[in-house]
Amino acid sequence: MAKPRTLFDKIWDAHVVDTLPDGTAVLYIDKHLTHEVTSPQAFEGLRLAGRKLRRPDATIAVVDHNIATDSSRYGRIEDPESRQQVETLERNVVEFGVPYIPLTDIRQGIVHVIGPELGLSLPGMTLVCGDSHTSTHGALGALAFGIGTSEVEHVMATQTLLQKPAKNMRVTVNGTLTPGCTAKDIVLAIIGKIGTGGGTGHVIEYAGEAIRALDMAGRMTLCNMTIEAGARAGMVAPDQTTFDYVKGRPFAPKGEAFDRAVAWWSTLPTDEGAHFDKEVVLDAAEIAPQVTWGTNPEAVLPITGEVPDPALVEDEDRRAQMARMLQYMDLQPGQKLEGLKIDVAFIGSCTNSRIEDIRAAAAVARGRKVAEGVRALVVPGSGLVKKQAEDEGLDVILKTAGFEWREAGCSMCLGMNPDKLTPGQRSASTSNRNFEGRQGPGGRTHLVSPAMAAAAAVHGHLVDIRKVEIKEGV
Amino acid sequence: MRAFTTLTGVAAPMPAANIDTDKIIPARFLKTIARTGLGKSLFANMRYREDGSENPDFVLNQEPYRHAEILIAFDNFGCGSSREHAPWALLDFGIRCVIAPDFADIFHSNSFKNGVLPVALPRAVCEQLMEDARMGGNARLTVDLERQVVVRPNGEEIPFQIDPFRRHLLLNGLDDIGQTLQHAPAIDSFEAKQRAAQPWLYAEA
Repeated sequence: MAKPRTLFDKIWDAHVVDTLPDGTAVLYIDKHLTHEVTSPQAFEGLRLAGRKLRRPDATIAVVDHNIATDSSRYGRIEDPESRQQVETLERNVVEFGVPYIPLTDIRQGIVHVIGPELGLSLPGMTLVCGDSHTSTHGALGALAFGIGTSEVEHVMATQTLLQKPAKNMRVTVNGTLTPGCTAKDIVLAIIGKIGTGGGTGHVIEYAGEAIRALDMAGRMTLCNMTIEAGARAGMVAPDQTTFDYVKGRPFAPKGEAFDRAVAWWSTLPTDEGAHFDKEVVLDAAEIAPQVTWGTNPEAVLPITGEVPDPALVEDEDRRAQMARMLQYMDLQPGQKLEGLKIDVAFIGSCTNSRIEDIRAAAAVARGRKVAEGVRALVVPGSGLVKKQAEDEGLDVILKTAGFEWREAGCSMCLGMNPDKLTPGQRSASTSNRNFEGRQGPGGRTHLVSPAMAAAAAVHGHLVDIRKVEIKEGV
Repeated sequence: MRAFTTLTGVAAPMPAANIDTDKIIPARFLKTIARTGLGKSLFANMRYREDGSENPDFVLNQEPYRHAEILIAFDNFGCGSSREHAPWALLDFGIRCVIAPDFADIFHSNSFKNGVLPVALPRAVCEQLMEDARMGGNARLTVDLERQVVVRPNGEEIPFQIDPFRRHLLLNGLDDIGQTLQHAPAIDSFEAKQRAAQPWLYAEA
């Protein structure tokens, strides 16, 4: 009998074109997503070398990072550098024949939202993008990872990458989540446990009852933040939930091709007895709603927690690092996380901007008002998510409650478009990184789930979502 | 890509773990369509005050570290985003080698593609090199890729490990794409087989 293999091993093996003497693989890439920020230098490299795109049909481009999320975006882009980057992409897609979803297209949105939504990302694929959160697409049972611009150029020219196989790591989450807890809380709890470097060199496969029970949006949130644990990619084995999600999407295989695809995808889950280099096990029942207190995602605690005390840390560098975090975040040791006043609530980003996330925020917002002095933004991940939310009346609930209802884009996740924190502002944010200055210079970020962000918006401070009455339905 | 053989220069001490790519080059500086010119924005949030003036406390604003060619840091250097602007900014500033206990995967890979050498050495060794770096201009380090050693100011040689393929490309300043295109026939036959087995991957997008 053949050696048992993991999900990662199977997808890897199916894409090795050639192996170099030292074990480096020439790995075939099935799908390449690209955006305005990490592609200009790659197109320029092709141009200078007189090279073409090997497979424009396996490539798609969209703008998401740089753009405004209000109606101003349909006019001339105000910021000259942002405008140049968007216009450069628009010229490059014409010159190199790359399919492009323009800003005016309802399908435009964050690259990691539209990939799965349009059926561009499929189980069993190798998929890359010049963006670390490409790990998101692993939720479909694909091998999806972020690459740098030189590798973007390499994929454009050769449809392959030179890669060494990653190590296998399995994170098993047993049991059932308690009410108020979500995939966001699972992944923050995992990062808190294994650390920001806990997955370095590995691809993480998520398994266990609590993962199986997640819908696709939850699995995407989970895989999305896998990069914050340092792992190359996150994956969830494809199952009926996956197939039901993929079926009927515009770029997904149809009819007989779909059945053939499902037959192959069904062979992908990890074999019994396959080897993992590292195993981590969590119990979902023990995961409480999470909130970060520091300036990297491993600095996370349950909402019931208190800001830790650097004086109790033995290691000198760690103590200094923690003290620096508390200074930046303007927090005192022993301070309760619940009750911490916020200035901004941001619901959006490739982590949490899908329809399920908007519904969770709207359920909290329904019949309530955003607290005085708080700015609350809801930024759908794509034009299609926005439309669906509007069809469901979620925009009305949110706007009535005083939330801003915006156009699709990366928005306040990363401080490179007009949506930014100002120095000293504190946010409850559904995004993925709480690094210093990530949401704008001097901004202070607390990462939370969409319901927690919405609850913070209406209370004006961080609250335990389990104490907030949720009115079902809309 | 410029080849990397041996480098002797000033090393700047940055005794912190988890130096992320948003610290190395904040996102607002990614709005460029060139690879060059990012050196002035390297570590911008730490290097400049709100009014744009230099923060005198930041290491790269101090002599001799303004001319640093090597950076010494602690664990998980380069974590966060995939932005290749991070090694571009280091390179444009003049830093061609980072020494740390370990590196985030994407940063590690991006560095090699730009002639920036990431050297992983145990934490205790990095602490020694940090002390060397604190001695400033009197304590230049040498990084010899050919012999795979870091030479301390006292002459002690510290060997390091490196992927032989990446070492080869770096020593010779070779472009990956050119290497891979030698496998074009294998790529052709892979595509022919895959197209037959999974035709949906080849439908016009």
